[in-house]
Amino acid sequence: MSARSDKVVTASFSPPAGRRSRQGDEGRACLSDAVQSPSSDPSGHLLPAGGEKEERAYRAAASVVDPEIPAVTIADLGILRGVEMEGDVAVARVTPTYTGCPAVLAIELAVETALREAGFEPRIERVISPAWTTDWITAEGREKLRAYGIAPPANASNSIRSLFGETEVACPRCGSLETARISEFGSTACKALYRCQTCHEPFDYFKCI
Amino acid sequence: MAAASSTAPSISGETLTAFLLRLADDHLVLGHRLSEWCGHAPMLEEDLAMPNMALDLIGQARSLYQYAGEVEGKGRDEDQIAYVRREREYVNCLMAERQNGDFAHTMLRQFYFAAFMQPLWQAMMTSTDERLAGIAAKAEKEVAYHIRHAGEWVVRLGDGTEESTRRMKAAVEALAPYVDELFESDDVTRAVAGAGIAPDPSTLRPAFDAIVGPVFAEAGLEWVETPYGQTGGRQGRHGEALGFLLAELQYMQRTYPGMTW
Repeated sequence: MSARSDKVVTASFSPPAGRRSRQGDEGRACLSDAVQSPSSDPSGHLLPAGGEKEERAYRAAASVVDPEIPAVTIADLGILRGVEMEGDVAVARVTPTYTGCPAVLAIELAVETALREAGFEPRIERVISPAWTTDWITAEGREKLRAYGIAPPANASNSIRSLFGETEVACPRCGSLETARISEFGSTACKALYRCQTCHEPFDYFKCI
Repeated sequence: MAAASSTAPSISGETLTAFLLRLADDHLVLGHRLSEWCGHAPMLEEDLAMPNMALDLIGQARSLYQYAGEVEGKGRDEDQIAYVRREREYVNCLMAERQNGDFAHTMLRQFYFAAFMQPLWQAMMTSTDERLAGIAAKAEKEVAYHIRHAGEWVVRLGDGTEESTRRMKAAVEALAPYVDELFESDDVTRAVAGAGIAPDPSTLRPAFDAIVGPVFAEAGLEWVETPYGQTGGRQGRHGEALGFLLAELQYMQRTYPGMTW
């Protein structure tokens, strides 16, 4: 089965009409090599290059938690792409995890409120390119997800492209690797539903994208 | 990239808008169809999966409508384009508007559409149009999950019980006349391809076959040739299914024009 699945992947990704894909490395689980964060602190957060004011604005925006996973901040998830001062206006750039993520508006509103409360005149910019990837979730964010009961995304161990491919996902509660996927789509677009065969608890898995 | 844009012939805003609306309508209409399953799926997991895929499709449609509205330059926003156009102004492919039928039919339709879109998005990631390249880079990752999910169901049902096999084979028969339309080429697609914005759909058939073929082999399904295919969606000629869909989709804006909440 796996040999055949591999063939599906290769064949479907031959670029049509002589074009070459920018991110053609289908063997990787998360396609983020071309779009690494510009700079980050030890926790992996993006830090602004500007002065004290900009950093204060960044920290205000970075404190906003994800409305659907309140255990992590939008900085942990890599959704907050940066905050820059343009004169007196604090411009926060945010990116959706999935194109149709219904939490986007709530997140933008929360960032706007947080900046206003910190004394800034806010402006929110939605950016979709480069596309968000689970590789932007910080090490701290991954640990927070695990502690919250959500298995963090697997790294380059498997590919979302492999039809019927099985990803090795550890149970966030007992750590067992004896887990089974129940559904590709879980409570939100960014998660899949798994069950641990050892402790028998169901859990969410943050899908690699 | 810059070099490519300077050598590729540019196209009119009208042609680009026409192309964007086709793509956007495919996604909105199919997304709406999938959302009809919400609360009716055969099991809870699918009740989550189908609306999640619908969300992806409708999100992609929104990005495309927003862009189409800007290119068109007539001041229409995404809602006006989606909610107050008439049936004949919709230019989605006929497959997208087909009724859901049973679960096998819905999954096969999803699988076909995803197998068509994946190579298209993949190629558009290097589009000379940077806005579309950005939308494509995001959508391409999302559609990979749709292929996997729908493809697994095609195998599970096609190679399942007597009943599930019968239903999946019936779906193959029912959808066969709507496949060829996906790959049709005309002045709009050729202009867009010539400008390096998106590949001509006619070039995507081998990639589609390479995705569908192995899944059919695994599922024990055989491809059904149809003597003639249904066509007309790209010119606004639809089956009766679309009118009923739009009646529901557009009800609120038709009843209370310009309403917000």
